Amino acid sequence: MSAANKRPLSPFMIGPYYRPQMTSVLSITHRITGAALGVGTLALVYWLAAAALGPEAYARAQSVLSSMLGQLVIFLFTWALFYHLANGIRHLVWDAGHGLEIDQATKSGWAVVWSSIVLTLLCWLIAAP
Amino acid sequence: MSIRTPLARARGLGSAKDGTHHWWMQRVTSVALVPLIVWFSISVMVLVRAHDAAHGAVQAWLGNPINAGLMIALLAVMFYHAKLGAQVIIEDYVHPESRKIAALLVVQFLLLLLGAISIVAVLKLALA
Repeated sequence: MSAANKRPLSPFMIGPYYRPQMTSVLSITHRITGAALGVGTLALVYWLAAAALGPEAYARAQSVLSSMLGQLVIFLFTWALFYHLANGIRHLVWDAGHGLEIDQATKSGWAVVWSSIVLTLLCWLIAAP
Repeated sequence: MSIRTPLARARGLGSAKDGTHHWWMQRVTSVALVPLIVWFSISVMVLVRAHDAAHGAVQAWLGNPINAGLMIALLAVMFYHAKLGAQVIIEDYVHPESRKIAALLVVQFLLLLLGAISIVAVLKLALA
């Protein structure tokens, strides 16, 4: 392998070469939540397919999804969904050319963090009082 | 001065050969997903709170053509958006080329399959 091929590449710069910052951590979290949501759709597809199969299959799916592990997965899925939604809107605002200054990006970043937490808790409080 | 031909500049496709299409479709699908996700979250909250997510309630919910249509739109756009995102992640991290292409094929076929299964499930409930 030539020396040129051993240079650190962009995704692996954070850590040894590049100090993690709030904005860069939120950026990689956007990607991680996106991938996690993709895997999490398995639960959604399972739920819909079970509903289509009939009441017995649906009852089995409900017992899986309402188990401790099932509820934990759905709770984390909810947070990932609202994080990816809020940060996705942040990205769309950037694409429109707004909020690109560092202080604005930091402020919108915290808005994403808090809105994702508040929306998740609100959803669960309303759905399962 | 550019060394590109005027035709290449006018096409604006660059070395990836598809220009901004991938980027643009990721934005288009994300804009569509904002209202669809809000609708879906509220729908699931109502299903759980008012009906304990009972089978009959899910059937009645997707028996309404508006809900079934919105759900199919959500699933189609969501899995397309997931395909675009997964593609970028694989292109960034998976090397060499042979493994990259294999990973792209597996993940994209899986997402297409999940999209197809879920949409057929919604159709079955909608047309029952």
